[in-house]
Amino acid sequence: MHLLRHSFPETDHRGGIILSDRAAPAPRLVIGVGNDLRRDDGAGLVAARQLRGLAIPGVAVIEASGEGAGLMDLWSGADCVHLIDAARSGAAPGTIRRIDAVTQTVPTDLFHYSTHAFGVAQAVEMARSLGMLPPCLVLHAIEGADFSAGEGLTPAVEQAVDRVVRDIAAQLADL
Amino acid sequence: MKSKSRAPRGGAAKLKAIKVGFLARVEGEGGLHVKLRDGKVTDVKVNIFEPPRFFEAFLRGRRFTEAPDITARICGICPIAYQMSSIHAMEDILGVKVTGQLRELRRLIYCGEWIESHVLHLAMLHAPDFLGYEDAIRMAKDHPDLVKLALRLKKAGNEIVRILGGREIHPVNVRVGGFYRVPSKAELQPLEEELKWARDAAQQVVQFTASLPMPEFEQDYEFVALRHPDEYPFNEGRLVSNKGLDIAVREFDEHFEEEHVAHSNALHSRIKRRGNYFVGPNARYSLNFDRLSPIAQEAAKAAGLGPVCRNPFQSIVVRAVETLYAVDEALRIIGQYEPPDRPCVDLEPRTGTGYGCSEAPRGILVHRYRIDNQGVILDAKIIPPTSQNLRTMEQDLWHFVPQNIHLGPEKLTWQCEQALRNYDPCISCATHFLKLTIEEESS
Repeated sequence: MHLLRHSFPETDHRGGIILSDRAAPAPRLVIGVGNDLRRDDGAGLVAARQLRGLAIPGVAVIEASGEGAGLMDLWSGADCVHLIDAARSGAAPGTIRRIDAVTQTVPTDLFHYSTHAFGVAQAVEMARSLGMLPPCLVLHAIEGADFSAGEGLTPAVEQAVDRVVRDIAAQLADL
Repeated sequence: MKSKSRAPRGGAAKLKAIKVGFLARVEGEGGLHVKLRDGKVTDVKVNIFEPPRFFEAFLRGRRFTEAPDITARICGICPIAYQMSSIHAMEDILGVKVTGQLRELRRLIYCGEWIESHVLHLAMLHAPDFLGYEDAIRMAKDHPDLVKLALRLKKAGNEIVRILGGREIHPVNVRVGGFYRVPSKAELQPLEEELKWARDAAQQVVQFTASLPMPEFEQDYEFVALRHPDEYPFNEGRLVSNKGLDIAVREFDEHFEEEHVAHSNALHSRIKRRGNYFVGPNARYSLNFDRLSPIAQEAAKAAGLGPVCRNPFQSIVVRAVETLYAVDEALRIIGQYEPPDRPCVDLEPRTGTGYGCSEAPRGILVHRYRIDNQGVILDAKIIPPTSQNLRTMEQDLWHFVPQNIHLGPEKLTWQCEQALRNYDPCISCATHFLKLTIEEESS
């Protein structure tokens, strides 16, 4: 029964309930997007957790569901944002596409999100229309193979996550 | 919008079919297929191909206390509705009545859900239809202030759900008998200032929706909604209609039935011996106008609405009025709030069958459960608002297409999609739905 796994929110040290999406705005931000109960759809979350484990100074790491309006809120006030999400575009599993969202249009069929179709791509393009993009926003799309119910990444996606984590860590360390 | 008319060139007279493969700006997967012969509609099917989700089967064998958290996962937009209908059904079985501040907190969290759901739909999904934009992103370039205002207003609703529910998406703090934890006065206080801004913003949104070009289209609907003696309905009341229905929620199965149709993975609902009916904002508003707060009634009148609204396209105005009401009601609740002594009431499972009905943003959501004396769920039935509206959505197009055949394939297809979005259909909820196709048969 997967429905209720991980269903309770994190508790902060003050004893109150917090949503992990609601960290204070940081100048440098990593946002992992996905659903880790749908196998490869969890790639962004797994990558975010690995980057959190690296504890890069001055970098906040957030796990998010991918709801678009919420994403615009999350990157509000940030200078540099790396967003990682699984993609389902028909490319070979594990294919990584890096999109400079400030200079490139995000294909709306790259990322899939169900809630009234307002997901990552729509959030980026809406923010562009409204002049609300951060100065630096890089999307890392990892092509998934298996989006069925269940946990764990397929091997090709797992390897791609490792490459994306190394890539983002190197870029953030250079800043 | 991925809709595409497959009608041949040559004008309305040659229009054979309207097809929308995947309906955009709705929740879940479905399509629409309208067949025409000599300009007359011969068939309308709202196809729901989102696969069945089997939630009613998942619930069997689970404890009665798990129903609110399991059913909340049916929908990312209206989880509170699922939580509220399930807890009221369970409390119906247990003979428990939740009153006072706990009941007020239930209304408050429902206000949050209405605000976020209504604003998302009216501003981001439905408004582009009226203004001729393919989507909200393109609309935002020309109407940035509207979109920014809507995003902030939606966030105010999310914030209510976050504070009371523990988090914005799939909140986890609602339980049978009350809440796991209730907020302090100090925790609710920060909401008050933003909600005062939101009340002004919602009034602007009502004015904006009233200014939209509105297709003229009215039908003699049977509206069904909850009606409560004292308040605009969220959680409680009798089920009433404008055609004589007036029943307790417990009597639902005696008066309503569901049927399976081949083109839909969502069941179709109807009133026994009468047929289709209409749930959602227009129904709620038309049956409860006198229960709206004065500020919401005034805004509705100023927007040109009477006490009954039979034009489903005007649902966008009604949603704005209801958003204003929800903000106003939230302010009332927060203003009088005193934390209750305990976050929930005591519960003792007992054998029985119970019904719960609450007003989800899209209309009445009915839950029925049967549990044993250990509190184990033996049987569950969930009737979401979108499946109750499916027959009415199809009926609308039977009448709307012939009246508007002169529009030509492209505009007619556009307005057919717009007509379906009047209902803010949530296919994910209903599947247990949208592509649009209109096809001309050979004479």
